[in-house]
Amino acid sequence: MDYRIIKKSKITEYLNNLINEYVIFAPIEKDDIVLYDRIKSGDEVILDYSNSVNSPKEAVIPQLETLISCKNNEDITCVKEHLDEQKRFLLFGARPCDARSLLFLDKVFNDEKCRDVYYMNRRNALTIISLGCTRPQETCFCTTTGGSPFSSEGSDLLFVDIGDDYIIQVITEKGAELVEKLDLENTQNDELTKMDIVINKSKARIEPEMELKILKDKLDSSFEGSAWEILTEKCLSCGICTYHCPTCHCFDMIDEETKGKVERIRLWDSCQFPHFTMQTSGFNPRPTYKERYRQRIMHKFSYCFDNYNMAGCVGCGRCVSQCPVNLDIRQVLTAFYGKHEEIRL
Amino acid sequence: MTDVSNKIREEAGKLLEKGEVDVIIGFEKGSIPLSATPCFIRNEADIEKLIWNEYCGNNLSLYLSKARGKIGIIAKGCDTRAIVELIKEKQVQRERIVIIGVPCEGMLDRKRIMIRCQSRNITGIEDQGRQLLITGDSLNVAVEKDEFFYPACQVCANRNPVMCDVFIGNTIEEQKTDEFTDVTDFNEKPSEERWAYITDEIDRCIRCYACRNACPLCYCKECFVDATQPQWVGKTIEQSDTLSFHIMRSIHLAGRCIECGACERACPVMVDIRKLNRKMSADVKNMFGYKTGLDIDQPAPLSVFKPDDSEEFILDI
Repeated sequence: MDYRIIKKSKITEYLNNLINEYVIFAPIEKDDIVLYDRIKSGDEVILDYSNSVNSPKEAVIPQLETLISCKNNEDITCVKEHLDEQKRFLLFGARPCDARSLLFLDKVFNDEKCRDVYYMNRRNALTIISLGCTRPQETCFCTTTGGSPFSSEGSDLLFVDIGDDYIIQVITEKGAELVEKLDLENTQNDELTKMDIVINKSKARIEPEMELKILKDKLDSSFEGSAWEILTEKCLSCGICTYHCPTCHCFDMIDEETKGKVERIRLWDSCQFPHFTMQTSGFNPRPTYKERYRQRIMHKFSYCFDNYNMAGCVGCGRCVSQCPVNLDIRQVLTAFYGKHEEIRL
Repeated sequence: MTDVSNKIREEAGKLLEKGEVDVIIGFEKGSIPLSATPCFIRNEADIEKLIWNEYCGNNLSLYLSKARGKIGIIAKGCDTRAIVELIKEKQVQRERIVIIGVPCEGMLDRKRIMIRCQSRNITGIEDQGRQLLITGDSLNVAVEKDEFFYPACQVCANRNPVMCDVFIGNTIEEQKTDEFTDVTDFNEKPSEERWAYITDEIDRCIRCYACRNACPLCYCKECFVDATQPQWVGKTIEQSDTLSFHIMRSIHLAGRCIECGACERACPVMVDIRKLNRKMSADVKNMFGYKTGLDIDQPAPLSVFKPDDSEEFILDI
């Protein structure tokens, strides 16, 4: 692998050099909370952070996007498709779990049989620079879902914090191109040793909690069990866990007539909302929080293996830290896995 | 706190043992630092799980209409105010619940404490009364509790349960807050400034509906915002749609909101949702002399008509 090194103090300058060529998304602090958002200047970026509140999936599947539109009173031939050429897009400072989530989204939206042109339009323009985690949080469980705090899957470049500098691991051609453009120095051996120490120290802190293949079997055989009702009794059926999940990708389509035009809009939807499965007849196959929460778990840890041979979860822990009632997905999984206390019926 | 936890367990145990309730809704230890989580205890063997501390912020009364059978509920002042309204609105039958009231000196805001701790891993929390000494990964901070109580707790005037069957602990002194100074202060600002504040806040909203779902008084089977035939509110995150949702919800809660702050606590992006609801509460108090959730027999102002009712909001005089 090719390695380069960059001074931390130079990051702002490098980002400012790229800002005319790329739309840059990076972690910034806004009203006290850390969010991935578009930056106007390299100064805005914060690098000493655990993880952002929102996930960077907004870069490829924005919460709201117009797919087609048509002015009022025009015939159908005037329908305009909103597939403008994308400016190059840089996701800077994403966590390795979030970078991995893009690989999962690719499986969904870049399927041979069904390729989503709107997604691909953004995805092809995207370069991802991720920042390895020297301090995984207590809510993190990336290693359980097949990742690691320094996983390079999904990243074009991976930064490793070794104190005053970052070691840059060049993962893909896109990454190499960027590194050449910035004319970055090569690394010395002692710096690489430092890097290995940092990586190993962090990895040791976050052990996998279970074997996902076994978990899938256990979940498949527990679909009908009463455990779901007990485990999810406190669930509020809000959309936090899905909306801030980097891999949740369900959407709704609406046609809106506004300001003299009609637009077909795609916007996020959540399997936790009752209306998600409401049918025109008035029948709802997932009428309560139990069926809805079960769907979320089964989708991520069973159906995704069937369809994509990977979990639909990267273990970022956002749903754990943000759930208003502390319904911890890890506890739900371990309950089925059978490692912890029995579920009392 | 340990004393209170023990007493809660004792009383809950008695209720379950005697068969007076089928389930106790209370709190157990959370899975992450600085947290507690709602729990449903049906078995005497699980009584030990029940705890009480400064992280028991959730308003448990929202579970009353969902749970079946006879229910014992651990309730703070604000929770009991919600129960009063729920009984008044015939969502909960008084005889179906046993209220275990616990005085509350305020609940701590985990999210803001985590921000103070730069979201670092916490390995030790030492409670020193007025202060928390938090240690962890490159972390050593002293957190003054007074600065980290939820905003709703800071202006709470009902720290003691307003109605209960079993009382735990000792009555505590109520805060002498002139309750609506925050609303008055905000009202005095120029309208552009107020508009900018509200829209800035609302712009962060992702429409996850956690505020609505955490609210004990938002129990409609179908919320106006979910209705599709007709569709009252746009589904997008454009400002006009999001703001419509929040304003309509706030108006729907006028004379019903019990100011527990559950909406704000649930919000993942820390939108100051209470701002709108507080204004409604202040208006209801000023126009109708009514404060929610105090008296089970006092009719709700918007469900009765009196010839001398204030008409300010209709005629703008």
